Amino acid sequence: MKKFINDPADVVTEALTGLAAAHPELRVDATGQYVARAGAPRAGKVALVSGGGSGHEPLHGGFVGTGMLDAACPGEIFTSPVPDQILAATQAVDGGAGVVHVVKNYTGDVMNFQLAAEMAADEGVAVETVLVDDDVAVEDSTWTAGRRGTGATLLVEKIAGARAEEGGKLTEVAAIGREVNIGSASFAYALTAGTTPAAGRPGFDLPDDEIEAGVGIHGEPGRRREPLRPARDLVAAALDAILEAKPRDRGDRVIVLVNGLGGTPLIELYLVYGEVARILGERGVEIARRLVGNYVTSLDMAGLSITLTRVDDEMLRLWDAPVVTPGLRWGA
Amino acid sequence: MDVDLATGWLRAAAASIAEAAPELTRLDSAIGDGDHGSNLTRGFTAVVAALDAGAFANVGDVFVKAGTTLISTVGGASGPLYGSAFRSLGKALPAGPSVTLPDLVAGLHAGLESVRKLGGAEPGDKTIVDAYRPALDAFEAAVAAGSALPVAAAEAARAAEQGAGATAGLRARKGRASYLGERSVGHRDPGATSTALIFTALARSAGNSG
Repeated sequence: MKKFINDPADVVTEALTGLAAAHPELRVDATGQYVARAGAPRAGKVALVSGGGSGHEPLHGGFVGTGMLDAACPGEIFTSPVPDQILAATQAVDGGAGVVHVVKNYTGDVMNFQLAAEMAADEGVAVETVLVDDDVAVEDSTWTAGRRGTGATLLVEKIAGARAEEGGKLTEVAAIGREVNIGSASFAYALTAGTTPAAGRPGFDLPDDEIEAGVGIHGEPGRRREPLRPARDLVAAALDAILEAKPRDRGDRVIVLVNGLGGTPLIELYLVYGEVARILGERGVEIARRLVGNYVTSLDMAGLSITLTRVDDEMLRLWDAPVVTPGLRWGA
Repeated sequence: MDVDLATGWLRAAAASIAEAAPELTRLDSAIGDGDHGSNLTRGFTAVVAALDAGAFANVGDVFVKAGTTLISTVGGASGPLYGSAFRSLGKALPAGPSVTLPDLVAGLHAGLESVRKLGGAEPGDKTIVDAYRPALDAFEAAVAAGSALPVAAAEAARAAEQGAGATAGLRARKGRASYLGERSVGHRDPGATSTALIFTALARSAGNSG
C-alpha cells in the first residue's frame, strides 16, 4: 500500500482537519465529528443531513453548503457514522422546520440513521428519511439487503437541497428527494479494487484482463467477473441493465452522471460519456443535463458508475439552482 | 453471574477480538468490505476503557454500558447490532450485583430479539443470528438440565462455533454480503465468527472464575 497518510487510524480525522483548513466557510466540529454549513442553523429552513462511510469524497462533506447539505457525518472509512454523530449534526442544523436525512441503502447506514432519527424525535426534532437505492446491479428482493445507494445520492442531495434552500417544507423536500431516487438507476464497473488504509491491500484481486461488473462503492465485489471489453460494449451493457430496471421512453428527459470511482482518469470518463450520449441519442432519450467527474468515489478504485435520473421541469429548475459547496458549484 | 464476571467476560471478548482482528478482516474482505476486525476492535477497546472508568452496582449496568459504548463507537451494522444485543441483555437483567442463570437466559433472549428486530435476520441468513441462536439454545438446554455456568457457557461456545462454521455453506440474505448472492457461499460469515468469539470468551471467563 502506498498512500499519502500518516497513521491509518488517523486518516478520517486528519482529512477533516484539512477540509476545515481548505474551506473556512464550513464549520467542522471535531468533537461531534460532523461538517456543517457556516451560519447553520437557519431559522425556518428545512435542513438536509447526510453521511456515510468515508472514502467516497467529495460525497458527503464536499456537498455541504448553499443549495445542498446543511451537514454531513463522515464515518470511518467505508463504515457508517454512529448515531451520536448523526444526532449531533441533526440538532446542530435544525432551524425548527425539521431535518431530512439522506441515507444510502446499506444495512449499517440504515440502522445508525434510524437510531439517530429516533433519538432526534425524542429531542423534539422532526426528521424525514430519504433512502437512496439506485444501484440496479443488485437484485431488489426480500432476499437481499436491497439495492445500494450510489451515484443518485448526489442528485437527491442537489435537487432536495435546492428545494429546501427556496423554502420548501419538510414533507416537500423529502418528497422530491424520494422522487429523484425513484427516477434514478445506476450501474458500475471496477477495473481494480480500492485499498482501505486499515486493510492495507486491495479489497479483491482482479486479473489484468478481467473486470468486476456491478461493483459497489465499498470495494465489495460486484455481481460477476467478466473479461475486459471495449468501452462501447461495457457502456451498452450498463445502459441495458439500467433501462431494463427503469425503462425510459422516447422523449423522456434524463440527467446523466458519469462518475469516476477515484482512480479513473477523466479522459476515460469523457470517452464513456461520449458512448452514453451516442446510445441514448439512438434510443431517443434526451439528455437534459450531464455531469462528468469524480463525485461518489471508492478510494482509489479504478472504475466508474453511470447514473440516469429521469427529470421533469421542476427537477431541472432545482438542478440548475445555485449551489456553492467544495465539490459542486454553479450559478452563484 | 456477578459484576466481576460480567466485566471479565467483556474484557476477555475484547482481547479475543483484538487478537482475531486480522482474521475477521480477512473473512470480511471476502464477502464484505474488510473492516469487521478493525471496527469491532475499536468498539471493544472503548468498552474496556468505559469499564475501567466506571463502577457498577448492577450486572445489568455493565452490559448496558458496553452496549451504548458499542453503538457510539463501532458504526456500520455491527455497532447497532452488538450494541443493542448487550444493551437489551443488560436491561432485561434484574437489578443487583449478581444474577441467576435463568436471568441470564432471559437476558440473552432479549439480546437476540433486539438483533433480529433491528436487522430482520432469520436463522440461515448467514449473520450473527446463526451463531447466537444455537449458542443460546445450547446454553438454555444446559441450564435447564441443571448445569452450572462454566458448563452451560462451554456448551454455548461450542454451539456458536459450530453455527459460525456452518455459515460457510449458506448464501447471505442480509447485509453487504447479500449483494454477492451465490458468490457468498463458501465463506464464513465474519459476524457469526465474532459472535462465536464472544461466547468463547464467556466460557473462558466462567471457567476461570468457577
